Amino acid sequence: EFRRFSLERSKPGKFEEFYGLLQHVHKIPNVDVLVGYTDIHGDLLPINNDDNYHKAVSTANPLLRIFIQRKEDADYSAFGTDTMTRKKNVLSNVLRADNHKKKPHIVISMPQDFRPVSSIIDVDILPETHRRVRLYKYGTDKPLGFYIRDGSSVRVTPHGLEKVPGIFISRLVPGGLAQSTGLLAVNDEVLEVNGIEVSGKSLDQVTDMMIANSRNLIITVRPANQRNNVVRNSRTSGSSGQSTESSLPSSTPNILGNLLQGEEESDEEDIIIEDSGEPQQIPKAAPTSESIESLSQIELLHESTQNGFLPSSEMNLNHSAGSISMEYEVPEPGRKSLEEDGTIITL
Amino acid sequence: MRRFLRPGHDPVRERLKRDLFQFNKTVEHGFPHQPSALGYSPFLRLMAIGTRSGAIKLYGAPGVEFMGLHEENNTVMQIHFIPDQCQLVTLLDDNSLHLWSLKQHGGASELREEHRFTLRGPPGSPPSATQVTAVLPHSSREVLYLGTESGNIFVVELPSFRVLEDRTITPEAVLQRIPDDNCNRRSCELVEALREHPKNPDQILIGYSRALIVLWDLQNNKATRHFLGSQQLENLYWQRDGSKFISCHYDGSYTQWPVSSDNRQSEPLENTVPYGPFPCKAISKIYWQTTKNGLPYIIFQGGMPRASYGDRHSISVIHGSQQTAFDFTSRVIDFFIIFSSDPTAEFDDPSALVVLAEEELVVIDLKSAGWPAVHPPYLASLHCSAITCSHHVSNIPLKLWERIISAGSKQNIHYSSMPWPIDGGTNIAPDPPQRDLLLTGHEDGTVRFWDASGVCLHLLYKLSTVRVFLTDADPNDNMNTLGEDEWPPLRKVGTFDPYSDDPRLGIQKIYLCKYSGYLAVAGTAGQVLVMELNDEDAEHVVDHAEADLLQDQEGYRWKGHEKLKTRDGPVRFEAGFQPFVLVQCQPPAVVTSLALHSEWKLVAFGTSHGFGLFDHQQKRLVFVKCTLHPSDQLALEGPLSRVKSLKKSLRQSFRRIRRSRVSSRKRRGGGGNASEVQEANAKFDQDTLQEMELAPVQRKIEARSAEDSFTGFVRTLYFADTFLRDSSRHCPSLWAGTNGGTVYAFCLRVPPAERRMDEPVRAEQAKEIQLMHRAPVVGILVLDGRGTPLPEPLEVAHDLSKSPDMQGSHQLLVVSEEQFKVFTLPKVSSKLKLKLTALEGCRVRKVTVANFGSCKTDEYSENDLAVLTNLGDIQIISLPFLKLQIRYPCIRKEDVSGIASCVFTKYGQGFYLISPSEFERFSLSTKWLVEPRCIVDMPEATSNNHVHKFGTENAARKS
Repeated sequence: EFRRFSLERSKPGKFEEFYGLLQHVHKIPNVDVLVGYTDIHGDLLPINNDDNYHKAVSTANPLLRIFIQRKEDADYSAFGTDTMTRKKNVLSNVLRADNHKKKPHIVISMPQDFRPVSSIIDVDILPETHRRVRLYKYGTDKPLGFYIRDGSSVRVTPHGLEKVPGIFISRLVPGGLAQSTGLLAVNDEVLEVNGIEVSGKSLDQVTDMMIANSRNLIITVRPANQRNNVVRNSRTSGSSGQSTESSLPSSTPNILGNLLQGEEESDEEDIIIEDSGEPQQIPKAAPTSESIESLSQIELLHESTQNGFLPSSEMNLNHSAGSISMEYEVPEPGRKSLEEDGTIITL
Repeated sequence: MRRFLRPGHDPVRERLKRDLFQFNKTVEHGFPHQPSALGYSPFLRLMAIGTRSGAIKLYGAPGVEFMGLHEENNTVMQIHFIPDQCQLVTLLDDNSLHLWSLKQHGGASELREEHRFTLRGPPGSPPSATQVTAVLPHSSREVLYLGTESGNIFVVELPSFRVLEDRTITPEAVLQRIPDDNCNRRSCELVEALREHPKNPDQILIGYSRALIVLWDLQNNKATRHFLGSQQLENLYWQRDGSKFISCHYDGSYTQWPVSSDNRQSEPLENTVPYGPFPCKAISKIYWQTTKNGLPYIIFQGGMPRASYGDRHSISVIHGSQQTAFDFTSRVIDFFIIFSSDPTAEFDDPSALVVLAEEELVVIDLKSAGWPAVHPPYLASLHCSAITCSHHVSNIPLKLWERIISAGSKQNIHYSSMPWPIDGGTNIAPDPPQRDLLLTGHEDGTVRFWDASGVCLHLLYKLSTVRVFLTDADPNDNMNTLGEDEWPPLRKVGTFDPYSDDPRLGIQKIYLCKYSGYLAVAGTAGQVLVMELNDEDAEHVVDHAEADLLQDQEGYRWKGHEKLKTRDGPVRFEAGFQPFVLVQCQPPAVVTSLALHSEWKLVAFGTSHGFGLFDHQQKRLVFVKCTLHPSDQLALEGPLSRVKSLKKSLRQSFRRIRRSRVSSRKRRGGGGNASEVQEANAKFDQDTLQEMELAPVQRKIEARSAEDSFTGFVRTLYFADTFLRDSSRHCPSLWAGTNGGTVYAFCLRVPPAERRMDEPVRAEQAKEIQLMHRAPVVGILVLDGRGTPLPEPLEVAHDLSKSPDMQGSHQLLVVSEEQFKVFTLPKVSSKLKLKLTALEGCRVRKVTVANFGSCKTDEYSENDLAVLTNLGDIQIISLPFLKLQIRYPCIRKEDVSGIASCVFTKYGQGFYLISPSEFERFSLSTKWLVEPRCIVDMPEATSNNHVHKFGTENAARKS
């Protein structure tokens, strides 16, 4: 359900007062809720102290969209960068046969004032020896800060062990994004860049691909140090051993999801200055019937604002679920209703 | 994304694609890189050139050409046509012999390799025993005589290449028959020359390196006669009647020997050192040509005085009192004489001297007084000054075509009027569909206009921009200033002149409007010249204007080269394109983009600092825009500063040398060749990979930022009449794209024609788009309401294009190195895009709109983007929906200069440099295909065997 009300931008007050106000407005005085807002990048970020509350109010432009979830039902993973993206992962998770049951999230802590700089993704579909790392260059000033080189690795093939050329991380710049994540290391072999296999490509080609994807870089590596791998129960050790040699067979469906995120995300970012006015982000044009890229543009039809997408499917309330009818994936209705327990409030 | 995962779903479209697109490399234009051998068949009137990369090319009448490639890619050492046959034999530097023949197939002749053979000696013999040094195809057409380093002469049967061992002429057999104490085994080492007697095919003349010459009787297997010279032998030549022969020697002398005398050992008639008395270089080849008036032509290569002229590459012609030493700017590979091939004729009557130098082909007319050069219709030396840029204009209106030809003919008056003497074969290719011009800009400030309509790339006209500027050297200085009594009588011939007086003169960008005849050229030192075509000579003042692209940016100091000094006062220009205005960019950095709108009379230019717009009607600068990022010091210092540019040019010249040494050019061969070439490439890749393992190279992965260097570098400029501000009114506009992914759009107000001179052109910035991926913008295009690219200026006025659709909404296509993106207009919102780099790891190097017609029906044609990537692939991408249609591998990705030189035509063809002197022509279209198609008929076979001996013209020789 929606609520819309005004707030004095210059005197936002304290978080406690605001929290009380929300409970009052929604007539839920004794319910514990999580409060979040969408920032200018369209990310769902939490409001749980004075600092981030003030930040939220000061960046409102001019609307501040607040999302409220009941604490016990809250999905913590909803917070953070690229919430929309995450939603699609959820969808694709649903579609994956080996992953019917939603795994309970382990709550470590609430994200406070930070946004993610990196994440390990698709752990469940990759061989244990591989790691898919996502670097969020977007929103930070840190350089990506790594170098790659040519090298060779040994693969098991039908003809026995073979030395094949490969691309490796050769250097991490101190203080760079890559180093600060701790997820990448020198001599890790790069297997994929944003879902595209690098085998057969030259160092220059892989460099160009990484730079072209630098705003949302997803690299799949085979870490040089295999001791910190996540050990999963779902696979027997034998099968995972075999999957090391295969070229990521299970990753294909996910490539689609990951790449789409990338495409849509960077699309909003071109900037136009009209008649020497203020810079603005370039909106997407209404998709025409011929447009192939209409896959997820439909969402943008609902709102004319730049960041007008709904942050996650869990909170999809005010629009009919059908409007997100992706041409290629139909979300399971059962799951959908299960998730629709949050509340959205627009201020 | 889905279009990549499931390509080609629509069967109708797939069929249509087959009717539209097809990739062919059709012909190589220009001069073969590193020629190494020359051959000529007076019977077929065809010339053959072999190269160091193993290619063999045959040329006849204009349009008649054939190409073959030896699989070994080894240097071709000698080429010999088999007398009176459509066959030739090549000798490679790996001592292998190859028999090629011209066979008719499907209505046209084709050059095919038929046999190959390597001479093997008895086991245990040294390699020199069978190292072939001289080849003589006998006029019987049945055998080849192969002289070797060991002095043995092997006889090989044709076409089987079976060695007839019993007929081998061994040094021992020769010495047995020579009762001369001065001769020993060493006299018969290394066969230098083998020549068949012109009248008696049973006798051959054998010349050994140590000056022993033996006339050998093949029937009786004995030496009829022997001649002993005193100097090391280089070559031999028979006089036409067989009564005398001439030998040339290492010390620069030549000797005439009589054959008629009965003495078994003959004394020379005459021994001459033409450029004596001081020591001279060797004469490596000589001709003796008889004429009706009794005065022979003696034509020889070399022989110059060693000390003072030893470095000259010369061929001397002596005819009575006339003597000229033709002086070539590059090494002479070989030469031949075209003379009367009629066997009944009493005299040779030479008509032309054909010289293959390392960098050009020169033909001298020996019939006309003064021995003028003949203008070759093909084998043009594209690189007579290094090519710096090229520009192609399709479908030239007849009027402009004729005017350019007429301007060019005035430049060619010093050429002989002799028809092209090498005229074998018949060109049966259909006439070129349209008149096409290829313009090449050169390092010396010239622009050459080539007829690129057909198979023969022919120079029409040469434009020089040098006259506008004051350069250190007066262009007239280095002309022939030799006095009358100079000795030796050297005369410079040819056009190859790789030395540029001033690299700042180099042409970087060319834009020709084919309807108005306006031409804009821009150069290395920020000079932009606007010219118009004038059919008469004229003397006038060139207007100057300066465009300060830094405007009010302060604190910068340009450290690059200075601008060129201009001539004051009126300048005389010859008929042709005459400059009337010079816009000088400040700082004088290299001009990186250029656009001309002949209808609005505007020219736009860009450098690494910004761009400007100039009104060439009113001769007024309309505006300049600085694109330089304040922190970009590097752009300001000028990457072409004097010191650096010297270093760079040194580096380049070393690279050139290195490249010429490696010379691993791959060519289009028969079907079988392609896979082998691929294999070779794969092997090459493997090798390079291994090399890389030794010394790992690393690449930095970093997002582009606004602070990167050279973001302000203007990569593309584009004029469009479109909806820039609102959707009701369209207006002229100028678009610019930079290296940093910025697109600027300026709204222009051009006064109507009647007030064009009274009111100023106004411009106002309307839009600025920053692509977030910040990749360089390499192309900008506006599509009309039907999704068709806007026509060129004046195209509609000349009824050559439909008017653009101004009703529907226009779209803007921005091509960056990484992706293609369509935006709506006038409100800029992104509509669709195609990512290239993120998905495939390749980047856009060249992009053009090309019109593809269907080969099935004349009614259907469509516009697509032709794209060349940094990997050398060509992709065709549909408009306006940006779908990848097809992809062809075209250029090796290591061939950076080839990729950089590529130019597309408007009808789906293209050119790229495969060497500094050769363009490969390719076609992406099924409809427009320019390729050689020719036929070589066996001329009437003559009954008398004796006549053939004149056909046995051993043009090639060992080097």
